[in-house]
Amino acid sequence: MSEQQSGGWLANPFIRDYGMVFVLLLLGLLFSALTVRQQHPTGADAGRQVADFILDEHGDAAGVLIVGRPTAEDEEFTTAVAERLQARGATVLDTVNGSAVDARKAIEGILADGKTIDAIAANDVTAKWTVYDRFDAVGSDSIVTPSPYTWPDFLKVSNLLGVANQTAIYAIIAIGMTMVIITAGIDLSVGSLVALASVTSAILIRDLGGGSNAGIGMVIVGMLAGITVCALAGVFNGVMVTAFGIPPFIVTLGMMMMASGLSFRLAEGRSIPELPEAFFWLGRGQTMGVPNPVLLMIVLYIIAHVVMSQMVFGRYVYAIGGNEEAARLSGVPVKRVLLAVYTICGALAGLGGIVLTSQLSAGDPKFGQMYELEVIAAVVVGGTSLMGGQGKILGTLIGAFIIAVIKNGMNLTDVDPFNQKIVLGAVLTGAVLLDTLKRRGGRS
Amino acid sequence: MPVVSEQAAPPLLEMRGIEKSFPGVRALRGVDLTLHGGEVLALLGENGAGKSTLIKTLGGAHQPDAGTIRIDGQQVALPSPSASMAAGIGIIYQEFNLVPALAVWENIFLGRESTRGFVHRSAERRKARELFDQIGVNIPVDAPCGTLSVAQQQIVEIAKALSQNVRMIVMDEPSAALTPQEVSRLFTIIRDLKQRGIGVIYISHRLDEIFEIADRVVVLRDGGPAGEASIEELTRQRMIEMMVGREIEEEFPKHHHPVGQSRLSVRGLSRSDAVRDVSFDIRSGEVLGLTGLMGAGRTEVARLIFGADCAEAGTITLDGRPLEIRSPRDAIRAGICLLTEDRKSQGLILDASVLENFGLPNLREFSTLGFVKQKPEREAFQQYVERLRIRIPSHRQRAGNLSGGNQQKVVLAKWLERNAEIVIFDEPTRGIDVGAKYEIYMLMNDLARQGKAILMISSELPEVLGMSDRILVMHEGRVTGEIADVTSATQEQIMELAVALDP
Repeated sequence: MSEQQSGGWLANPFIRDYGMVFVLLLLGLLFSALTVRQQHPTGADAGRQVADFILDEHGDAAGVLIVGRPTAEDEEFTTAVAERLQARGATVLDTVNGSAVDARKAIEGILADGKTIDAIAANDVTAKWTVYDRFDAVGSDSIVTPSPYTWPDFLKVSNLLGVANQTAIYAIIAIGMTMVIITAGIDLSVGSLVALASVTSAILIRDLGGGSNAGIGMVIVGMLAGITVCALAGVFNGVMVTAFGIPPFIVTLGMMMMASGLSFRLAEGRSIPELPEAFFWLGRGQTMGVPNPVLLMIVLYIIAHVVMSQMVFGRYVYAIGGNEEAARLSGVPVKRVLLAVYTICGALAGLGGIVLTSQLSAGDPKFGQMYELEVIAAVVVGGTSLMGGQGKILGTLIGAFIIAVIKNGMNLTDVDPFNQKIVLGAVLTGAVLLDTLKRRGGRS
Repeated sequence: MPVVSEQAAPPLLEMRGIEKSFPGVRALRGVDLTLHGGEVLALLGENGAGKSTLIKTLGGAHQPDAGTIRIDGQQVALPSPSASMAAGIGIIYQEFNLVPALAVWENIFLGRESTRGFVHRSAERRKARELFDQIGVNIPVDAPCGTLSVAQQQIVEIAKALSQNVRMIVMDEPSAALTPQEVSRLFTIIRDLKQRGIGVIYISHRLDEIFEIADRVVVLRDGGPAGEASIEELTRQRMIEMMVGREIEEEFPKHHHPVGQSRLSVRGLSRSDAVRDVSFDIRSGEVLGLTGLMGAGRTEVARLIFGADCAEAGTITLDGRPLEIRSPRDAIRAGICLLTEDRKSQGLILDASVLENFGLPNLREFSTLGFVKQKPEREAFQQYVERLRIRIPSHRQRAGNLSGGNQQKVVLAKWLERNAEIVIFDEPTRGIDVGAKYEIYMLMNDLARQGKAILMISSELPEVLGMSDRILVMHEGRVTGEIADVTSATQEQIMELAVALDP
């Protein structure tokens, strides 16, 4: 018997399991090509570059005016210029972090003192101000800016990290959803559980830990409490499904409403911003230049991948989704595994809620709305079949990123938000179509 | 017999050089088949020989990769089931295409309602009744199909085909789920179809039936032609040899071992009406045959022992130890295993690989701290692949793509690895070809020799008589008789107990 007589390229195991990686790469290439643009360096690096240009041209005795806007980025820029110039003995006549009016006043002041401006250190925005030409002694010729370069917006490190950071929460929740969907179930409650975790932890910290003054211990307790509440909601879902045989769709739809209602009730419909600085480390901190949510996501995906591909538990999850009765008759503890899967899904939704709260620095019952659909979409685009029994954890990660990249790419290329929705819907349908064709190719 | 000479008129159906491949399998390699009007052609072959694929090609469900199909000498293309129907081909698959909630007449005319948008209720009901009159059966046309017996549903399928003026009817294992009386009524219908000049292709594993009904036999083996002959030229032995491709000494290779102590004791096992106060023992090295009509409660007994359902009363002891079995998991741990009747829905996870199916009940053995040790798992499975002669291209082969015999062997492998003490076979050879059957019987002998206790549930009386050391017969949930001396027992004796005629 010879293999691969027919079935086409879709039946190729490599394409079947990892074809989505190529889709992701193609999308990356597409959006890179569409967003190639002149880039202007910013921040401290740009500042040092400009300082060097000035020193090369005017020597160490130059008198320099530094102009930036009142933003964090521009302040880094102006500070860096000033430091570099002063280190070489040049004179910083004045540093402006403000508007064009501030710049004019600064120039007036310098000229009134009888000093000459050899150079103006500016960035791409402040260089375009017309204020300099009003002074005969200055003129736009003396402006020095960092040299521009050509690079896609999409591939800027800040953009890619931003995409990863925004995707992390969906991707983390999607781990649990993948497991649930592989068992041929569904969990619609994850979006509401995001809100429930957010509100629970924020209220605990506000009411028991002293809000913004809460200590690190209280922060940890609050976070764990939020996750635990959601895990318990998952246990409830699991018990309803296994012990009473209620369809997962209905059980989790009920939980979705209950958890959302409870969140609004607990928070009295308001946002809860009384959180200490320590709470924000998880969502907004960085470790070795990578945002913490992204690191957390990577660690969780590695664990989940190992569990699903190497461990007995993973085998059981696939077996139950493939044929629950056959799995039961083979001695698989079906109920226990299902209960565990729904609990994990709830807990991960809770974790997602905590990360989101940390990112947005407040507990809010409005968080997580429609997340269930985003997450299910990521799982499905990642190649997991809603029929159960088939799917890959890493596929879900890729699915989440495909959706995120499409969204980001459309934002960068100024696609109308309404059209974005249409595109995302089409992508989801296309992914399911591909899955169907794959299955048809794979069997007789 | 067809009286039309082949030179004078082209045959009703002529398939030439049909080829079809699926990923990993060449299902058909140049198959020829000729069918004349008014002829019953038996299509024989082991499972996986290509019978179903050939039929699906004829039914428009599969497109052949090569070959021609001619009807009345005219080449036809059958790109879809409806094209096949329009060409006068009626196919009755094992799984019926009936909507259970719809009435008989609605099913017969489903998709071909007489007027646009509106159902012509009275006319269609009348036509349905006429069809049943023609066949000579009485089926209530207004009854929902779901309430009919399997045999009645089959007749509805036949009526449905006849209502489309088919010229040939293909029946895929029509007798598999029928009682002997129902089979003989089916044969009456088939003979009537012959009278009307309709060609019939009849697929069955039951050789007795072939001799009774068929005019000519075509045998397939491994997707290719393995022989063709008229029924008069054939013997039972010859037919089996054509199918298997080698000589088989005996159909039931029963080895008799000394039977030892009682191993499994069942006392007063009950569950509602399905199982009523069932008690028996199986001894070491013994094959206990359990038979009865469909619905007699045989499978239910097995499911209770295995913990698939919960018993309402009764005790089960294994080697003198009382067992508390509340789930299959408990039973498996105690050393009991069940090879279910329905492999596809209960025995295997069709979308998973054969290796994963094999490992499922054995993961405790093949894991440390929850991690699966894949190498020992693969090695253990490979031993069974060789020992049981499982034909698979790789361990990653999807279980659903295997033939019935190979599927049963994979199920066997997973339970043999568990080394269970009590092995329950529920219809171990249903839908399995002769060659694989033989191997499964040999394995049963092997298990008996090792001193295991075997419960073999079967509707095939020759099998029950051929392989059991002792036979229990059930009727309506009760054990109605025990036959200790199998060698002198007859099928009639079993049937009497199975229908439990009150004296």
